[in-house]
Amino acid sequence: MSGNIDALGPPPTPEELSRRKFLERLSVGLFALGSVVLLVPMAGFVVAPLFKRRPEVWRAVGQAASFEIGSTTAVQFEDSSPLPWAGVTAKTAAWLRRVDAGNFIAFSINCTHLGCPVRWLPKADLFMCPCHGGVYYKDGTVAAGPPPKPLPQYPVRVRGGVVEILTNPTPITR
Amino acid sequence: MLARACKQLWEWFDDRTGVSDLIGPSLKHLVPHDARWWYVFGSATMCAFMIQVISGIALAFAYIPSPNDAYLTLQFITNAAPLGRFLRGLHYYGASAMILMVGLHMAQVYLFGSYKFPREMNWVTGVLLLGFTLVMGFTGQLLRWDQTAVWSVVVAAEQAGRVPLIGDWLARFTLGGDTVGGATLNRFFVIHVFLMPAMVFAFIGLHLLLVLRHGISEPPTPGKPVNPKTYRKEYKELMEKTGKPFWPDAAWRDVVFAVAMVLVMALLALVLGPPELGKPPDPTLIDANPRPDWYLLWYFAVLALLPHGAEEYFMVFGPILIGILLIALPFMSRGGERSARRRPWSIAIVIMTIVMIGTLWVAGAKSKWSPDFNPPPLPEKLVGAASGPVYDGARLFHDKGCLNCHRIESEGGRRGPDLSGIGNLLTRDQIILRISNGGHNMPAYASNLKPDELSALVAFLQSRAGNRKPPAGSQPNPQ
Repeated sequence: MSGNIDALGPPPTPEELSRRKFLERLSVGLFALGSVVLLVPMAGFVVAPLFKRRPEVWRAVGQAASFEIGSTTAVQFEDSSPLPWAGVTAKTAAWLRRVDAGNFIAFSINCTHLGCPVRWLPKADLFMCPCHGGVYYKDGTVAAGPPPKPLPQYPVRVRGGVVEILTNPTPITR
Repeated sequence: MLARACKQLWEWFDDRTGVSDLIGPSLKHLVPHDARWWYVFGSATMCAFMIQVISGIALAFAYIPSPNDAYLTLQFITNAAPLGRFLRGLHYYGASAMILMVGLHMAQVYLFGSYKFPREMNWVTGVLLLGFTLVMGFTGQLLRWDQTAVWSVVVAAEQAGRVPLIGDWLARFTLGGDTVGGATLNRFFVIHVFLMPAMVFAFIGLHLLLVLRHGISEPPTPGKPVNPKTYRKEYKELMEKTGKPFWPDAAWRDVVFAVAMVLVMALLALVLGPPELGKPPDPTLIDANPRPDWYLLWYFAVLALLPHGAEEYFMVFGPILIGILLIALPFMSRGGERSARRRPWSIAIVIMTIVMIGTLWVAGAKSKWSPDFNPPPLPEKLVGAASGPVYDGARLFHDKGCLNCHRIESEGGRRGPDLSGIGNLLTRDQIILRISNGGHNMPAYASNLKPDELSALVAFLQSRAGNRKPPAGSQPNPQ
């Protein structure tokens, strides 16, 4: 421990002082530059995937004839482009309601309050949420409790007798 | 002979490495002679954290942070790995202890006025450590990667989504994409295992440096306020006059308390074991009932009980406001009285906080707002009829979901009012009106019931006389 280096040797000349100032600025500047050069790709790697919207694709969920008119059934389908290691988490569920012979509605299972999965009570014709007690009618409109909006819907179509649902991001209430 | 050799070896090692010079002054720094059992919570928190680090590293030998395998490794750790159940339990009770001790430490520092000059930054770094600890607790629960974990992520994303402007982006960041999927678990693994522990280590280091820099605060004396102009000099004189070296005069209490805490943790891990593993993390398994671990159960209750329409403000600005208030505290009252006896509001605030969190915690544990999803049909004895409209009504009361939320004596949910004595409280017309129109927390059943079904349901409800006598002239509560 030699203490203050300035105390040793002859006092610094004005040239030495300005040289030191320059070296200080050079070092700090180079360090900052190097940090930015490295941090940009690192941060970019972490956040970039989030700006890339996944494509929306139609997924078959079953033969139209297998859904009774007036019934609401849980169906599942694979996300549009799941990561190869996603396993079970690549799947999403939806509530499919057959309104009449030609019309289907696909509801998101996510409650609009805080996203918990709503359950269908077939005899009562209601959706109920286990988390904070939100209730929806069979058409997805809010029947009771905290949900601010009706159950979101997925686009749905029938092609060649097969019901298809268009994949969509998990609905986030704004 | 051997002892001398050892001593020589140590002296050589110490000379070449400077270990004693490095930690000696810290160990021997003077602390107030009367800083006794109230001062053990900080070191207990750190001890709990160290146990989390060690048990966490051990668990990581078996854990695989993959959306498909994490649940399997959790099952392996819990059911098959030798000592795995104990280790998972230890990690869980360690987390519980850490959160509990952070709370106690904070309350003590607040009540003793220790956050005042010159220890403002001790408090601020402590507040940040509290935040990191809560993040560790939440993300740790998610790494269990069972059904509850998956839905907790969705709930977290929904809350993040309420933030103005950047909400959508934050929600996507939470989920790691459009939906829960292959990228979701890993981000919480990284936060829980790398980011947050690094922050906790760094800030504990800073926190301890500040403790050494400003010294441990002396227990407050009523009528002896902190004067920023003279405090440092007074503290120095006090230490020189009556201070004791931290090691071992004060440290032994920290050790005794921490060891007792660890023994309790180990005992709980052995006897009660880790929390149950839920169903697999399959987002298509709809029968979920997500609940946070006990230390966040009170917040679960907050989310259920917020007034409708004001949720956005509470969910987003509530935590921010609490954070700002906590950080601002030492700057709002830098000097002045330290003793809680001269700061009665400090006692009131601590008691109010405990009562508030305690009440919310009980509410969260009961969660009356959640419907009972699979109530068994009402037993015939309770219904009081084996056929006829009352019997049909009781069946409808079950099938139409009434029983999910309303209680009939010992059966049914607790979300809505108990209807055991409704026949005494409401007239036939009032009951019909209520069923048809519903209310804020009750669906309208007008289009859901056929006329004969409605009659049967009303007949059943009118037969519910309970044990209560109708209060004279009582009006039913419209809620």
